[in-house]
Amino acid sequence: MKIRLDNVVKTFETFRAVRGVSLDIESGELVALLGPSGSGKTTILRMVAGLEYADGGHIFFGEQDATDIPVRDRGVGFVFQHYALFPHMTVAENVAFGMKVSKVKRTKDEVAARVAELLRLVKLDGLGNRFPNQISGGQRQRVALARALAVDPKVLLLDEPFGALDANVRRDLRRWLREIHEELGITTLFVTHDQEEALDLADRVVILDQGEIVQAGTPEDVCRNPNSAFVMNFLGDANRLGATVANGKAELGGVELEAQSFGDGPASVYLRPRDLDWSASGPGIAATVTRVIDRPDGRRILARTAAGEQIELDVAPETMARAGDQGFVRVHRARVFAGSASQ
Amino acid sequence: MSAVPRRKPPRVGDTPAVRRTLIAAVLVVGALLILAPLLVILFQAFSAGVGVFTATITNPDTRHAIWLTVVTALIAVPINTAFGIAAAWAITKFDFRGRRFLIVVIEIPFSISPIVAGVAYLFVYGLQGLFGPALDAAGVKVLFALPGIVLASMFVTAPFVARELIPLMQAQGRDLEEAATSLGASGWRTFFSVTLPNIRWALLYGVVLCNARVMGEFGAVSVVSGNIRGQTNTLPLHIELLYHDYQTAGAFAAASILTVLAIVTIVAKVLLERQGAGRAGRPALAAPAPAAPQGRTL
Repeated sequence: MKIRLDNVVKTFETFRAVRGVSLDIESGELVALLGPSGSGKTTILRMVAGLEYADGGHIFFGEQDATDIPVRDRGVGFVFQHYALFPHMTVAENVAFGMKVSKVKRTKDEVAARVAELLRLVKLDGLGNRFPNQISGGQRQRVALARALAVDPKVLLLDEPFGALDANVRRDLRRWLREIHEELGITTLFVTHDQEEALDLADRVVILDQGEIVQAGTPEDVCRNPNSAFVMNFLGDANRLGATVANGKAELGGVELEAQSFGDGPASVYLRPRDLDWSASGPGIAATVTRVIDRPDGRRILARTAAGEQIELDVAPETMARAGDQGFVRVHRARVFAGSASQ
Repeated sequence: MSAVPRRKPPRVGDTPAVRRTLIAAVLVVGALLILAPLLVILFQAFSAGVGVFTATITNPDTRHAIWLTVVTALIAVPINTAFGIAAAWAITKFDFRGRRFLIVVIEIPFSISPIVAGVAYLFVYGLQGLFGPALDAAGVKVLFALPGIVLASMFVTAPFVARELIPLMQAQGRDLEEAATSLGASGWRTFFSVTLPNIRWALLYGVVLCNARVMGEFGAVSVVSGNIRGQTNTLPLHIELLYHDYQTAGAFAAASILTVLAIVTIVAKVLLERQGAGRAGRPALAAPAPAAPQGRTL
């Protein structure tokens, strides 16, 4: 089912949570809504579900205007951050709930067969008789997913699905959700504040800030061509240095960078730690090492440039560096954005 | 680790002297203030012999008072239960203007003297009151009759159920109801198969407390009932009447019935608390999400 949001607006009392968001989600696509807290991502998800009504704009499911269809009739599967499993029902009863209240009548055997099938799908066969407080967090999340899938939803919506789980479980579940999505091909929209999760799982990432879409694209798109300092910053660690643009070149502590599309004036240069290297000799940005942090996959050097700005670089494990060393930061890749670094 | 036992330093305010003094003081005061009077009631009830006791209990006026008390409870408790559930549901599941105000309104009967409530009803439904003449003309008797007694009892016990449910339902949040609705359940279905099972012990606890208070209510009821022996006397009013008639043993006998009701209530309350109702067993809120891992500017 294709979903289309057309200029959707939502205001809570005086807080404008969502300010005119338009978005097309293709049938069978897996899309992540990524943003910091307060960016409106959960509100958008809840409006698609019908748990909140939009103040303005329209939401289409296929060709049908679903804006005013109540959640009960909208045919969405919603997975809550804290699972929202019914604590007084067994796992099997939880999964069966949607089928029992459905207008489509099923016999007991049909329901039982479907529950068994779903529990097999989420790899929880044999746990049907347990209660939610007798299983682990990861298992609960899988029950929540099975329960949402039981009503054959047109769309699957997940609100921070792995937010309450620890890191290892999270990584496993992510891959597993991707597999389920490929198996079922159901249009899926999920919300996360974790950029790694979004990039790992989604076909397309929609980055939000303050109720507006900042950038939408494939993970490759948004990683390679971030369109703003916000996206650059939000997707991963980045150094920010002040620079001056003149004649299509950004001057940065002795290094010149291409900045063709910029007018003359102050600019910010963003550099990923991994796109930098340390060298005892020039060319490069002159800097002094303040600290070296050793990690399993390399070393991180913390340095201070001649201009007094902090910079961090991730270098190969065999790189020689000690606090107090003077040398040069070599820049392999950088992105220039207009405006001064102080903003 | 050495296995040698060693004197542990006292925790805060925990020196043996303080501990013993406090425990002793509480035990003594509790015994004198609460336990002794209750024992006296049971003792006095049978002081003039089992004959007087049974005579009092089987006296038509006493039986009528018991009957009236039970009828009042049978009407007031279900209505207040429905009100309490509705109020708790409205306050915890909806956002609307005046939510806080509603909470305050519900609590008013806790802080106001029941006799004030009784007098207020007198002014509203009495012959000199607002609706009194109209009701009188229509032949409806509110004051000095069952409706007045029920209304006064309901006023006094209005907060009991709501007060038990609101904190619990607030802690549980709206996720479960939202989940049920998104799965296609109707409002009633959601309430009966999702909400109610999760609040049942707290609800029962509130009902038990409400019932105990309805049966024991004196002040408000004494104003509106008119104290007509054999007609509008509830059990607490009847006890007072017997006492003023110098039928001490009879008063204590009637009082012992209320006391037994109270003991049943307490036992029910303890059993319910074991099931997680009441303040002791409130479920903790769901674990907070871990801090957001995200890119940062260096």
